Amino acid sequence: MKMHLDEKIWLGLSFGMIMIFMLITGYQGFALEMGPPSHKETIDPQKVDQTAPFDQPGIKQIGENEYEVVMTLQIFSFNPANIEVPAGSTVHFTMTSKDVVHGFQVANTNLNAMVMPGHITKITQKFDKPGKYLVLCNEYCGAGHQVMSTTITVK
Amino acid sequence: METVIPQAGKAKTVFKEKANKVLGVNLQDALITKAYMSVAFIALFLGGILGLLQGLNRAGLLELPSWLNYYQVLTAHGLLLVVVLSAFFMIGYYYAGLSHTLGGLLPKVRKIAWIGFWLKIFGFVLVLIPLLLNEASVMYTFYPPMAAHPVFYFGLVFIVLGVWALSIGAFIQVANWRKNNKGKHLPILAFFATGSFVLLVGATAFVAVEVLFMIIPWTLGWTDGINVLLARTLFWAFGHTAVNIWYLTAVSVWYCIIPKIIGGYRWNDFLTRMVVIPLVIMNITGGFHHQIIDPGITPEIKFMHVFMSLAIGFPSLMTAYAMFRTFERTGRAKGGKGAFGWFKKLPWGDVRFLSPFIAMAAFAPAGAGGIVQSTNQLDGVVHNTLWIVGHFHLTLGMSVVMTFFGVSYWLIPYISKRVLTPQMNKLGIVQTIIWTIAMIMMSGAQHTVGLLGAPRRTSYTTYGEFSSTLGWDPYLTMLGIGATLLTIGVIIQVYAVFNMMFFAPKGETEFPVAEEEENAPKTPYWTERWGLWVVLTVIVVGMAYVIPIVDMIVNAPPGSPPFKTW
Repeated sequence: MKMHLDEKIWLGLSFGMIMIFMLITGYQGFALEMGPPSHKETIDPQKVDQTAPFDQPGIKQIGENEYEVVMTLQIFSFNPANIEVPAGSTVHFTMTSKDVVHGFQVANTNLNAMVMPGHITKITQKFDKPGKYLVLCNEYCGAGHQVMSTTITVK
Repeated sequence: METVIPQAGKAKTVFKEKANKVLGVNLQDALITKAYMSVAFIALFLGGILGLLQGLNRAGLLELPSWLNYYQVLTAHGLLLVVVLSAFFMIGYYYAGLSHTLGGLLPKVRKIAWIGFWLKIFGFVLVLIPLLLNEASVMYTFYPPMAAHPVFYFGLVFIVLGVWALSIGAFIQVANWRKNNKGKHLPILAFFATGSFVLLVGATAFVAVEVLFMIIPWTLGWTDGINVLLARTLFWAFGHTAVNIWYLTAVSVWYCIIPKIIGGYRWNDFLTRMVVIPLVIMNITGGFHHQIIDPGITPEIKFMHVFMSLAIGFPSLMTAYAMFRTFERTGRAKGGKGAFGWFKKLPWGDVRFLSPFIAMAAFAPAGAGGIVQSTNQLDGVVHNTLWIVGHFHLTLGMSVVMTFFGVSYWLIPYISKRVLTPQMNKLGIVQTIIWTIAMIMMSGAQHTVGLLGAPRRTSYTTYGEFSSTLGWDPYLTMLGIGATLLTIGVIIQVYAVFNMMFFAPKGETEFPVAEEEENAPKTPYWTERWGLWVVLTVIVVGMAYVIPIVDMIVNAPPGSPPFKTW
């Protein structure tokens, strides 16, 4: 098989680029623990209200500048809504859905996760900049999907 | 040329090939392609109009009447363009190609093509009825536990049966040719067709399992709950592969047809086949990257799938090189001098070249965007935002569809025994320019506003004051303008197709398949081992899916009941 030198270089670069992408993704995912939300815990989707911790959704301080938000998503709302945290706090979200698949996205942050019935999603974010953040559902969930939103206020 | 050896089957094939060259298209085969093309472009028209409604709604310029739900419109738009337009075009084009390069379709293959056609049409009617009644506004992805009316899923089953019939027809045609042409390489267009139909069977197998064994028993109330994560996983093994099959179809045009249109030769035959084979083997596993931020899947599995998704990038990068090298060689052979002189020698005024060329060029940013969003962290930024919508309007709406448009300007005259007039060519150029500007505007706006956090599949909303404070509004307006321009493009294109089919001047049009260069190196025969490629595909799919799927079944939560939330 005869190949031109420039083709060999091009394909070498292509292969190298893909490998570098893999290395960076792997390094960030495993060494820096920046992997995507992949929590494995499950729950009975029809008994969310009776199952801890979702029987008491809300926000709880669990350390200095550290909060846990236990949240249920249902058509077409987030519970709890309108969360407030002080600037500089790290917030751990623990979420599940009471009906269909929803999305949990906070604009202007890297918070983005699928919230599925039967599964528990966990994702963490540190809020440094004060302001009002938009929380929205980004997985089509029904006729009122476009109104499913709330806010996080960082003071 | 071919020497006629008085051997039973072979002599017949040679005769048929010659007859084909003299007589042009086989009229019975042409009718099949005509039927598929008509459905494809009617779907483009309807899907395009629905796209306009969404674009204007999203821009805040149009409030939909109360009897028309945004999500119903969006479901129909997705199904018409991703399932009807692309699949019908692909089948019509490949069946014409098989007829042309393999010496006419066998009578039984022709029969199968019609059976497949009517199975698919019947399936679509079944899908359409609940959709029109607003009983199936579940999107192209129909994620459980959202449940449409059972008839919607029965329709999907018939569509898949139609797809299988057509794939079997193509395999019979190819197998028959190989039996009569032992030791010869399958003609390149038929090689692409074989790969595409193999993938089509592989991909639809997953969605068939999802629909037949999970969703239908569940919507009929035979089972209590559904495994939501498993259903999603099976869907994406199909959903992403499907769009990659349309892409592979476009790639076949780039390798086999475009060199002929610009007056050059085909790119190295061996390397061309070496692009098809890995695209077949590695494709199905690429779908998993849609689930990078799903719960219930370990980071290790997700990492393996990032690799499997990115692997498809390699053959695409091979294609990028091959295409530009072919253009450069042809341009130089025509007297283009200097580093870029060859570029001017390309037939820019020929819509059959211009439209697919822009399609290829669009694949550079489209492919780069694809690589970006299949990596873990970057996907976290853009997942389910309008960025994704921008991405597939570049890949499908430009790379694939503009290639198909370019094909229509010779394939429709070819099957209709008519010709492409200079006026029609000019109209095609205008259409190409409008489409290019419109798609760049729309997908550019979608990419940007997606980065700013605007979600996909969401009807007009300001989220209180947020849409203005987050800076979405100007981009959403631009999206609406792009959608309007695209509708003009759709109307011109559909007019062109039906004009060329029924009203253009009569005459003979060539089916332009490029030849290899003289004294081109011989391709090793092992590239023809389709049995082996299928086995390798199954092994790769097994490596990718057995562990996570077993995990999803063994560690499944109690199932979810059906919901109708629209």
